[in-house]
Amino acid sequence: MEVARFWRTTEQRYRLVGEVCPRCHTKIFPPRDVCPACEAEAKTLYQFSGKGEVYSFTTIHSAPRGFEKYAPYMVALVRLEEGPLVTAQLTDVDESEVYIGMPVEMVTRVLREDDKRGMIVYGYKFRPVRQAEAERQLA
Amino acid sequence: MRDVSIIGIGQTKVGEHWDKSLRELAFQALEAAMHDAQVERVDALYVGNMLSGELTGQEHLGALVADFAGLRGIEAMKIEAACGSGAAALRVGYIAVAGGLCDIVACIGVEKMTDKQGDIATSSLATAADADYEALHGLSFVGINALLMRRYMHEHGYRKEDFANFAINAHANATRNPYAMFPHPITAQQFAEAKPVADPINLLDSSPIADGAACVILAPTSIAREFTDKPVRVRAITVATDTVAVHDRRDPLYLEGAAISAQKAYAMAGVGPADIDLFELHDAFTIMSALSLEAAGFAQRGKGVALALDNAISLDGHIPITTMGGLKARGHPVGATGMYQIVEVAMQLRGEAGPNQVRNARLGMAQNIGGSGATVITTILEADQ
Repeated sequence: MEVARFWRTTEQRYRLVGEVCPRCHTKIFPPRDVCPACEAEAKTLYQFSGKGEVYSFTTIHSAPRGFEKYAPYMVALVRLEEGPLVTAQLTDVDESEVYIGMPVEMVTRVLREDDKRGMIVYGYKFRPVRQAEAERQLA
Repeated sequence: MRDVSIIGIGQTKVGEHWDKSLRELAFQALEAAMHDAQVERVDALYVGNMLSGELTGQEHLGALVADFAGLRGIEAMKIEAACGSGAAALRVGYIAVAGGLCDIVACIGVEKMTDKQGDIATSSLATAADADYEALHGLSFVGINALLMRRYMHEHGYRKEDFANFAINAHANATRNPYAMFPHPITAQQFAEAKPVADPINLLDSSPIADGAACVILAPTSIAREFTDKPVRVRAITVATDTVAVHDRRDPLYLEGAAISAQKAYAMAGVGPADIDLFELHDAFTIMSALSLEAAGFAQRGKGVALALDNAISLDGHIPITTMGGLKARGHPVGATGMYQIVEVAMQLRGEAGPNQVRNARLGMAQNIGGSGATVITTILEADQ
């Protein structure tokens, strides 16, 4: 894997930083510099809250190269509360507990880890909100 | 602009061709089509292909195939648009002939997938998705379709087994196609019990990885009859795009690119969905059949699956689809698939589909989809007899 390629997108992958359109105020993730709603230039950075709900989900059994050791794992489309859909893995949850509409929140996890000398790529995944609440109560 | 006709067609059997290389497959289809059109030379050659670089370590297919076919010196290029590469090659050939730049043009779709193991092919297919924001999260191509299928079932209230008829119909038609990869029927029970791949998608929702090549020869309609007494006229061929990543779509369950592409094609041909006698759609997964039928205007939103449940999609139904087996059972050699669809529609319009002949077929449509709907190429062909 190429270091520069992942370094270029750390803001969005580590912190869920996207953009907001100065004209129509559409929130944009991933950042693309042109508003998908009104096509105006949109380079104003925007910090997403990381809260959302499951729009759809599946479990990957036949994993692409680089992900074999994680299979089976769940991937979802998550509808962020600010509007955009995002593709991400679900974590800290059993398959049987996931449902469409389930409230989730972003956490940072290892997305993939190459061999011993390879890169470790971190990024966003989503977990059920209820678990975070439980942890706060324990603390 | 000149009218354009198909004067020759050729195809190889779809399957695991361990004894044949990429160039041999392409040449076999080209040779068959040139023989069918009774031409010895073409002015240009366009090769539709998606994965030769990834899976064979070979790019530069235009020159490669032209050289191998003894056509050194001619114009030749590779055209890539993911799983839409086959029809994309036809679009480029059409532009060349319609624009008066070339007279006799060969358009090939070819893919060689089975030399590599399945997981490598799976990863390669994911290159049609967004590498930074979909594939990076471990999402496979099957996974993308699974996300769409689950949401579709949720919104429209279908059960998993409601999709079975798409696969059953495709396999039934493939039993009578000598070029099909899986010429055997399947039952609803087999569908229900098939191995899960990415829930809710199972093995029998999914089209197989395969090798294959198909080819058509184009000529201006004005001289088509000098070559064949069964020319097939290209009434429309249109390309439209949508976002590469599914999460960027306004409504993931509406294939906007497919709708735009189909509307442009209907306008170009001056026809509507009610005029189409058969529809070769891009059934890479059963959910894509439903979404294509809806986007192309054959069913209302959420009613694509109902067409399968009502058996409207069989050879004697009101909109026959996958008449030679479709991607599901003829097989899905990705960059070749779009050209197989064209060859099959042409066979139907020439009255050469044998036991699968759609009666009185005059207008046929094919829709080739790249990625999960990001490139969509719609072709409308007409019998000219």
